[in-house]
Amino acid sequence: MVHADRLTKRFGSLTAVDQVSLDVEEGEVFGFLGPNGAGKTTTVRMLASLISPTSGAAEVAGCELGKQADELKLLSRIGVLPENVGLYESTSAYQNLEYFGRLHRVDPPTLRKNIERLLRMMDLWEKKDLPLGTFSKGMKQKVAIARTLVHDPILLFLDEPTANLDPEAAKMVRDVIMDLKKEKRTIFLNTHHLDEAQRVCDRVGILRTRLLTVGSPESLRFGSAKRRTVVRLESGSEALASAVRSRLAPRHVELSGDELTVEVDDPDRENPEIASAVIAAGGRILALSQLAPSLEDVYLKLVHEQETPA
Amino acid sequence: MRLSQAWIVARHDLGILAHRRGIVAGLIALPLGVGIGFPLLTWYIVQKSTGDLGAYLPDLINAFSVWWVIGAAMIPTSIAAYAIVGEKVEKSLEPLLSTPTTDSEILLGKTLAAFLPTIGAIWLGSILYQVLVDVFTSGPLGYLYYPSWSMALILFVMAPLACLYAIEFSVLISSRATDARSAQQYAGVIFVPFIFIYILGEIGSFPLDTTNLLYIALGLAILVLGLFYASERIFHREEILTQWK
Repeated sequence: MVHADRLTKRFGSLTAVDQVSLDVEEGEVFGFLGPNGAGKTTTVRMLASLISPTSGAAEVAGCELGKQADELKLLSRIGVLPENVGLYESTSAYQNLEYFGRLHRVDPPTLRKNIERLLRMMDLWEKKDLPLGTFSKGMKQKVAIARTLVHDPILLFLDEPTANLDPEAAKMVRDVIMDLKKEKRTIFLNTHHLDEAQRVCDRVGILRTRLLTVGSPESLRFGSAKRRTVVRLESGSEALASAVRSRLAPRHVELSGDELTVEVDDPDRENPEIASAVIAAGGRILALSQLAPSLEDVYLKLVHEQETPA
Repeated sequence: MRLSQAWIVARHDLGILAHRRGIVAGLIALPLGVGIGFPLLTWYIVQKSTGDLGAYLPDLINAFSVWWVIGAAMIPTSIAAYAIVGEKVEKSLEPLLSTPTTDSEILLGKTLAAFLPTIGAIWLGSILYQVLVDVFTSGPLGYLYYPSWSMALILFVMAPLACLYAIEFSVLISSRATDARSAQQYAGVIFVPFIFIYILGEIGSFPLDTTNLLYIALGLAILVLGLFYASERIFHREEILTQWK
């Protein structure tokens, strides 16, 4: 659905996006993670043909970027939700959707059906005739998402859809994205909410001007950082920790209160060995659990590495 | 360019503008003020005059008619400011640019939204003006002053050109203005040249006959073309998303 090859965007001497290559498959929810100013919005704007890349190429929804003849075709096949909702507040939700549907040249009977279906899906049908100025932020964001769907696009670009929303409104919007995921829509989701990416996305890419990594949230979590086994003891001591260290060498063992943390590569194989070492050193185990790095750990590690190159 | 697409944009903007009291008031107040005010002033002059009215009254009325050009340049500045800066403030330009509508179609739609109500109001107001002037002056002059070729030139050539000039100028200002009010303030300079022409006509230094009006119309047409080219360049997706403040 999206194939980008070394997409680059420079604004004067500033490189906003540098050689980004990625693929997004049909029906996939692809999360684009990165700090503010990482180039996420610029990448989406390039992929949506709103701005032209300085170099590189891409094919989006069957259209070639930069090809004049494909530009309007591409815009009719995709739905773009910008970071700012950008709705007409003096008009109603229905009128907002109707306007954008007309601009997308949806025939009137289909447009009426689509608007009703979307507003019902967003639980806003009863409020369809109220001016948007009276809506809460979360409700406006739902109308904005409905706007991106009014012409039934095959690919959605959602740029920070939960930014600046309170937790309740953010959840409301996230639920809508989950519904769209269930409908097998292809979604390109820009976010800096790692939790959101982990819950919603099939794969994520971490961007900081350059694309640092791409993978499923699970593979990123387990692929790039060590896993740790935590042993909760009846009573922890430095002497016990030293004894365990000597038995488990060269593994890294750390004592914190009554908890021993051991870095492992393969928990299934190594955990029985760890338990035996603790018991042999005279420790009494209350519980043994596994700590996996969160997506946040991976993200921070990669972004930090990018900031401080070796 | 698809006119139907531009018309969707224009119709939407007209619907929004119809709910803005300031804009509707501007559309009514100026044509009504000029349409009634100047004929009343003419009537007052006719009543108080003791000299040969036929010698100066036609020039006076002719100079008044330049106000229809000034009005055509004044009214659309507020409409264009709301139509473009208003979208910028509400941040609705990006969603609009994300639809399969070309930049030129959007620009044409916004131009129509500012042009049509302005010209409609100017023409309606001018009908009232011409009828009242004829009522008040046909006696002393001995003939109906309106309709006239110079008024036709003003209403059907100069006023539309002045309106387009003001709209294109507003588009250029809109790219830098951060709110509609400041855009309108900057646009205040738009009608200064027309006021200058009015004063010159009123004091008799520049007779506003059909030949001179044609020269002004020609200059205005060249200016409109230049501004149209400049505004087309500035109203460009990439420019709007990355350069507009």
